[in-house]
Amino acid sequence: MAASIHFERVSKCFGSAMAADNVSFQVTGGSFFSILGPSGCGKTTLLRLVAGFDTPDQGRIFIDGQDVTHLPPHKRPVNTVFQNYALFPHLTVRENIAFGLRIARKDSSHIVREVDKMLELIQMEAHADKWPDQISGGQKQRVAIARALVNKPKVLLLDEPISALDLKLRQKMLLELDLIHDEVGITFLYITHDQTEAMAVSDQIAVLHRGKIEQVGRPCELYESPRSSFVAAFIGDTNFLDGTVDVSVEKDYSQLHIEDFPPVLCFNDKKLSPGELVHLSLRPEKLRISREKPADHPLHNALKGVVEDVVYQGDHTKYWVRIGGYRLGVTQQHGRFLLDTQQITWKDEVWVWWHADDSYILERYDASDEKLIEAPSEKVGENEENEESKCEE
Amino acid sequence: MRRIKEAMLTFPSFCWLFFFFIVPACLVYILAFKTADYTGKILPGWSLETFYSLFDSRSISLTIRTMWLSILTTGISIFIAVPLSYYMASCKKELQQKLLLSLMIPLWSSFLVRIFAWKVVLHPEGLVKTVLVFIGIIDEQTILLYNDIAIVIVMVYSYFPFAVLPLYSTASKFDFQLFEAAMDLGATKRKSFFSIYLPVIFPSILTASLMVLIPAAGAYVIPEIVGGNGAEMLGNTIVRRVFLDNNLPEASTLSLLLSVVVLIPAIVIATWKASHTSQIKGYS
Repeated sequence: MAASIHFERVSKCFGSAMAADNVSFQVTGGSFFSILGPSGCGKTTLLRLVAGFDTPDQGRIFIDGQDVTHLPPHKRPVNTVFQNYALFPHLTVRENIAFGLRIARKDSSHIVREVDKMLELIQMEAHADKWPDQISGGQKQRVAIARALVNKPKVLLLDEPISALDLKLRQKMLLELDLIHDEVGITFLYITHDQTEAMAVSDQIAVLHRGKIEQVGRPCELYESPRSSFVAAFIGDTNFLDGTVDVSVEKDYSQLHIEDFPPVLCFNDKKLSPGELVHLSLRPEKLRISREKPADHPLHNALKGVVEDVVYQGDHTKYWVRIGGYRLGVTQQHGRFLLDTQQITWKDEVWVWWHADDSYILERYDASDEKLIEAPSEKVGENEENEESKCEE
Repeated sequence: MRRIKEAMLTFPSFCWLFFFFIVPACLVYILAFKTADYTGKILPGWSLETFYSLFDSRSISLTIRTMWLSILTTGISIFIAVPLSYYMASCKKELQQKLLLSLMIPLWSSFLVRIFAWKVVLHPEGLVKTVLVFIGIIDEQTILLYNDIAIVIVMVYSYFPFAVLPLYSTASKFDFQLFEAAMDLGATKRKSFFSIYLPVIFPSILTASLMVLIPAAGAYVIPEIVGGNGAEMLGNTIVRRVFLDNNLPEASTLSLLLSVVVLIPAIVIATWKASHTSQIKGYS
């Protein structure tokens, strides 16, 4: 049966930096679990704690119900796929994969059989006798996975395994990883800074920020109902508006007061009382845009603004609309292309509107909370791939 | 055009090598095929007479002795240098620089002075002997100076820095995450040292061995100063043939022998490395 992982109030410091701050979560056996966070958030530390390369200052870690907190790496039922693969340069592909079994002193016919099976799984039979520096990055990656899987670990740890590959290969390897996961059926603990990667393959995602777990949930939970402004900003794109809860309307809705805006209606699932500071999060794809004023609807908010930027992307267009002190991003899916309709363009006066249920409010605590939002999600994952290792030093 | 430029660049060093290394070496080797009278005058005509003297028991035992002492020196040097270079590569950058410097600083003082210093240290009333007797490792009668032990100690001291340098340069390029990978795959720390680290740096262990073996086999000053009467090596014998016996041909033959003795392991190692470079790229 696939093994679960359980973090129980785990903390780990490096000097003054808190790499893990009272982290608790549970990974269901057999699931594909991702730890997602920006560079330097401590996600690699969590992986190293599971692998046994570091021991926590506080708290305990369980794998399959067994307390492994102080077990050395070679005694743990886990194997790791390293970010830079860490293949042994003096061994061939075949010998690399066989390494774990050799160490375990399995008999040679067994080793040959298992290694052949793995070579078939990763489709590297033709390259079995090459040296690591004779194969490509994607192939190295597959060998690293096979080298780990051949030992039949209870948990496979993957430390940004595909971040060093180029985009096309990344997508291909991601798919392959998912297939391999389905095939072997063990628990995968996947570390990444790339939210699209994590969303694509994970059953569950834990969003980590400054050593703290912000939220654990299924990809759609994180996207549709983020618990903090950081999660909202990190997973996908969003527009944040700073507001104050005003009067309640009907039962579940509240009016928000936002500077320069007419009163904005919003679903108040958090039952916040009037006077509380909030962020209103609006996903760009949930906003509608049109030249004409939309028909009145009790639960619709409609605001008038001016188009500042238009980014045409083929399947959709992204508009930047100036409304008061804000620049709202709006994505519009394209319908049928008609030559005679005049597309919305620069300097057009437009209406932006959305249903009150399509926005959500997040509590705003103090000034520092606003800073969280400024970490733009697009930047992460492009050129900061090595930052994570720096945080470990 | 490029070839011409390359040739021009290597021309000065090639000339230097040719006139000051190849020509003298050939002159020495040619002399080996001559004979000399008791005054040292080289006699005309060619002869293999000097080579016969190589096969007397004294020459054979001398050769074996020289090889034994230099191989022992090499072995001990490597045994010290491998863990030392590993340690140096794995510690902090500033400390690495300091350790490297402390290794080099003694080389700034005269070779002779350092060897005479050992004479003082190993002296029957010197520091080492006093301490060892005090601890009880050796008794009063044990002699540390003027014997093979002294030669090996001083040769190791003199030559092991040359083994550390190539080993350190490889070790500092070593990806220490490979240890984590090995441990992750079930190896203990010790096991990963022997099954990952040593094989990966093996080519530079060979290089380091040559760096010690070659000067050790040709040692002359060290056995002369700290070795006793019976403790001579090939180098000392060559000197004696030249200055005492006035017999350049015999000295040349011994030199030829020494060259061959050193050249064989060098060629073996070079061939091995050439055939294994593809897998150890970046680590040689």
